[in-house]
Amino acid sequence: MSEARAQIIQSIRRALKRDALNAEAERALADRLAEPKRNLIPARAARLDHRAQIDLFVRMSEEVQTTVARVSSAGAVPGAIADYLSQRNLPSRLVMTPDPQLDDVPWAERPMLEIRRGRAEDADQVGITACFAGIAETGTLMLTSGPESPTRNNFLPDTHIVVMRGEQVVASYEDGWTRLRQRRRAEGQSPMPRTVNFITGPSRTGDIEQRIELGAHGPRRLHIVLIDDAASA
Amino acid sequence: MQPTSHAFKANAEGALGNAHLQQALKLMRAGFPGRRAAAIARLPEFDDLRDEAKAIKDHVLANLDFYLEAFEKNVIAQGGQVHWCRTPQEACETVLAICRRLDAKTVTKGKTMIAEEIALNDYLEANGVTPIETDLGEYIIQIRKEYPSHIIAPAIHLVKEQVADSFRATHRELDPKRRLDEAPTLVAEARGVLRQKFLSADVGVTGANFCVAETGSTIIVTNEGNGDLTQTLTKAHIVLASLEKLVPTLEDASTILRVLARSATGQEFSAYTTVSTGPRRAEDSDGPGEFHVVFLDNGRSAMLGTEFQDMLRCIRCGACMNHCPVYASVGGHAYGWVYPGPMGAVLTPSLVGVDEAGHLPNASTFCGRCESVCPMRIPLPKMMRHWREREFEKKLSPATYRAGLGVWAFLAKNPPLYRLAANAAARVLATFGGARGRFRSLPLAAGWTQGRDMPAPQGRTFMSLWAARRKETGAS
Amino acid sequence: MPEMPPRVGLFVTCLVDLYRPAVGFAAVKLLEQAGCRVEVPLTQTCCGQPAYNSGDKADTKAIARQVIAAFETFDYVVVPSGSCGGMIRLHYPELFADEPAMFQRAQHLAQRTWELVSFLVDVMKCEQVAARYDGVATYHDACSGLRELGVKEQPRKLLQSVAGLRLSELPGAEVCCGFGGTFSVKYPQISDKMVGDKAADIAATGADTLLAGDMGCLLNMAGKLSRLGKEVRVRHIAEVLADMTGEVSPIGVGEALR
Repeated sequence: MSEARAQIIQSIRRALKRDALNAEAERALADRLAEPKRNLIPARAARLDHRAQIDLFVRMSEEVQTTVARVSSAGAVPGAIADYLSQRNLPSRLVMTPDPQLDDVPWAERPMLEIRRGRAEDADQVGITACFAGIAETGTLMLTSGPESPTRNNFLPDTHIVVMRGEQVVASYEDGWTRLRQRRRAEGQSPMPRTVNFITGPSRTGDIEQRIELGAHGPRRLHIVLIDDAASA
Repeated sequence: MQPTSHAFKANAEGALGNAHLQQALKLMRAGFPGRRAAAIARLPEFDDLRDEAKAIKDHVLANLDFYLEAFEKNVIAQGGQVHWCRTPQEACETVLAICRRLDAKTVTKGKTMIAEEIALNDYLEANGVTPIETDLGEYIIQIRKEYPSHIIAPAIHLVKEQVADSFRATHRELDPKRRLDEAPTLVAEARGVLRQKFLSADVGVTGANFCVAETGSTIIVTNEGNGDLTQTLTKAHIVLASLEKLVPTLEDASTILRVLARSATGQEFSAYTTVSTGPRRAEDSDGPGEFHVVFLDNGRSAMLGTEFQDMLRCIRCGACMNHCPVYASVGGHAYGWVYPGPMGAVLTPSLVGVDEAGHLPNASTFCGRCESVCPMRIPLPKMMRHWREREFEKKLSPATYRAGLGVWAFLAKNPPLYRLAANAAARVLATFGGARGRFRSLPLAAGWTQGRDMPAPQGRTFMSLWAARRKETGAS
Repeated sequence: MPEMPPRVGLFVTCLVDLYRPAVGFAAVKLLEQAGCRVEVPLTQTCCGQPAYNSGDKADTKAIARQVIAAFETFDYVVVPSGSCGGMIRLHYPELFADEPAMFQRAQHLAQRTWELVSFLVDVMKCEQVAARYDGVATYHDACSGLRELGVKEQPRKLLQSVAGLRLSELPGAEVCCGFGGTFSVKYPQISDKMVGDKAADIAATGADTLLAGDMGCLLNMAGKLSRLGKEVRVRHIAEVLADMTGEVSPIGVGEALR
C-alpha cells in the first residue's frame, strides 16, 4: 500500500512538474489550515440583527416542510410538543437523547408524554433531540454527535422533534464552525465530533418521476420547538 | 462495468425510440432548469461564489500532494485509516479486505459513482459479500440490473410504472394485490424493505463530495438519509473518494456547498449534509467502529498539468447534464459508462481511453449551456474540442468525414477555387430545388433529409452578386 | 460615436454567401443606414469553424490567417452570424495562443469584430429601425451568439421598433436547435430530435414567422418546419430589420434567383 501511496504522490508531482513543496511553501499551506479564513458570506442572513436572523431561520425552515413552534420559555415546551403530537394523531411514546441541553425542560409536567432517554431503536416512532446551532441562511439545523447525542436519534424515528433556543441561531455555516471549534477547544475535546449533521427539512426523494416525496429513509416529519425568550434577542 | 461508449450511435438510436425513456426525459427537461434558475435568482452572490469555488479547487489541484498528506494525517489522528489505490482492482481488493476482516456478510451503500467506476458491487458479490444499494434510485436500478443514467438521479430514465413492476417482481413477500400506482406508495415500500437491511448491515460504504484536509473529515450531500444510516449503524464506515475531492478547510467546503445543491436540484441546501470524522469516539453511544478513506487515482493524477486539468474541479452536481439538449434527447445510458452528459463526455475518454469513448466529445453541438451552468466554471466544450483534436491527430474519425472536411478546407484556403465551387453549387442546388425551394431528399445528405427538408439556396452567391453590383455602379 | 463614417468590413459567412445573399444585402443596407461605409473583401471564404470543431487546428489556423489578413485593416468587422462572429472574436486569439505575433493580430481583430445586430445596438447605438413587417414573430437565440457574444436583448430591442410586428417569446428560446454544424451531419438522428422539439415549441407560440441571427439554425429549423407541414415563414432577422422581406421569399419557399 505504501508503494501505491508513493507512486500516486510521485505521479501528482510529475504532472505538476515539480518536486515536493519546499519548507516555506508547506508552512504557508499549513498556516492556511491552522487558521481557516472565511470566504464570501452571503448577506442574506449576515446583514440582519439577531432577532431578524431568528425570523429568517423560521421562514427558511418552513419553506422546506419543517414545522416550527415558537414558545417563550422552556416551561412551555412539553405542552407544545403534546399539542403537536395530538394534532397529528402521533404516539406520545418518545425517545429522547440524554443531551443535557434538554434537562431544564420540565418534562414531568406532561406525564402523558412517555419519555425514555437514550439511544433510538427501530421501534421508536417519535424522537426528541437538542441541536448545536440553527443556520438562518437556509433554515438548517446543525447537530453534533456525542455520548449524549447519538446520531441515529436524528434518523431512525419517523418524527424528529428538535428543541432549541433562539440564541443558538447563527447566520451562516461558518458561524456554526467557529462556534463548534471554540466550544470543543474550551472543553478540551478533539477538534471534531464523529458526526456533524446539517439537516434542512425532513428526508425526501425525487427519484420517482421527479416528484418530491417526504420520508425516504430518514424522518418524514421534522418539527422544531424554538424557545424564543428574552435571552434570544 | 464494461463501457459501451463505442456504440454511442446505436445506443442513442435505441434511446430515441424508447417511449418510456422519452417520457421520463420530458419530465426531467421540465424540472431541473427552472428549479436551478429560481434558486440562484434568490442568491445575489451566486456568481461570485462560483468564482471562489473555482479558485479554491484550482489552488487545491496545484497543491494536491500537500493536501492529500495533510488530510491523511488528520484522519489518522482521529483514529481512521487512509488507503491509497492506483486502480479499480486495488480499490476493490482494499474494500473486500476490510469486509473479510470484519466477517461482513452485507454491505449497505450510499450513492457513490466511484463504486460504479470500480465495479465494486460485482466484485463483492463474486467474493461472497452482498452489497445493498440504499439510495432509492440506486436500489431501483440494482434490482433491475441496470446501471445509473444520471450522476445524482440514477433512475431518472424510468417512469413509475416500470418501478412498480420491478418492486412487484422483487418484493415477493408482500401482498401481490397491493396497489403501486402512486409515487408515495412506492417510496414507502422501499423505505420499509430497506429499513431492515440498514439495521442488520455489517459495513457501510459511502462516497465523499468533499475530503476536508483541515480536519480529516469527509462530507456527503444527500436527501434521503440513507447515507447517514449506512455509516452510523455499521461496524465500519468506508468512504470511496477520488483524489480530487480534497478541499482545504471547513470554510472552503461551505463555500462550495453553497453552489452545489443549488446547481444540482435547485435546493438551498440538501436535506442531509453530513461531515464524518473518524470512527466513533470511546465515549460515543453510536457510530462506526472503524473509519476508512479509500483514495482512488485511476487516471486523475494523469490529468493534472494537461489541457484536461480543469475537469478535476467537477463536484458532481449534474447541472451540465440537466441542461444538455443532447442528454435530454438520449438519456444517460447512451453514453455507455458511469459518467454521462457533458462531464461524462470530457471525463470518460480520460478514464477509459479516447478509442473507446471517442463518440462522446463528438456528440455535442457546443451550444455551451453546460459551461454556462457549471458552478465550477469548467470549460466543457473547450475540452471536448481538445478530445476532437486528439482524435484528428490519431485519425479516429470516419474516413469519409475527414475527406469531406479536407475538401472543404482545401477550398476555403483557395478563394478563387472556392468562388467557383460555391457558384456552381448554388446554381445546381437552386435548379434542382426548383419552384418548391427545398429538397425532400438529397444524395449525401440522407441523415438530414430523413427527418427534415433541405432548403434550396437562392441560386447565386452573395460574392458574385456583390461583384456584379460593384461593376454596375463602377465601384471597386 | 465615431466622427468619420466607420469603415466596416462585412464578413458575409459561407452559408449566407452560398444560400441566401439577401441576408448579406440586408446587412449592408442596415450598416449603411447606420452611417457606416461597407466593404466586402473578396478573399473571404469561411471562418474556419468546421475545421476547428473537427479538431483540425492546422487548417483552421491557415484559414484564420487568411481572414485576419483580409480584415485587419477595417475599423470594424461585422458578421451576420453569432457562430462565425464568435469564432473570430473568441477563438481566433485562443488559436494563436502559442504564436505571439499572430496572437496580437488576432486579438486586435477580435476586439473589433461584432455580430450584426449587436454591432448596430451596442456600437452604433441604434435604437430603432425604419421597417414594416405585418405578423407575429418568434425569435430563436442561436447558441454562439447568445453565450459567446451576449446577443440577447439587442435583436428584441430592434424588433420592437418594427411597425406591425408583434413578438411572441419562444419558450426554450435559449435551447439549442440541434444544428451544431458538423453535429447535424455526424449525429443526424439526435439533431433531428432536437429540431423536432424546437419545432414543437415554435408551433406552440402561434407565431407565423420565425426569426434568428444564424443561417445554420435557420436552415435547420426551416427544414423541419416544412417537413412537418407547418406554415411558418422563416427568415434571418436582418431581412426584417432592413425592410427587405418583399424582395425575397422566406427560407425554403419559392423560386430561385435567375
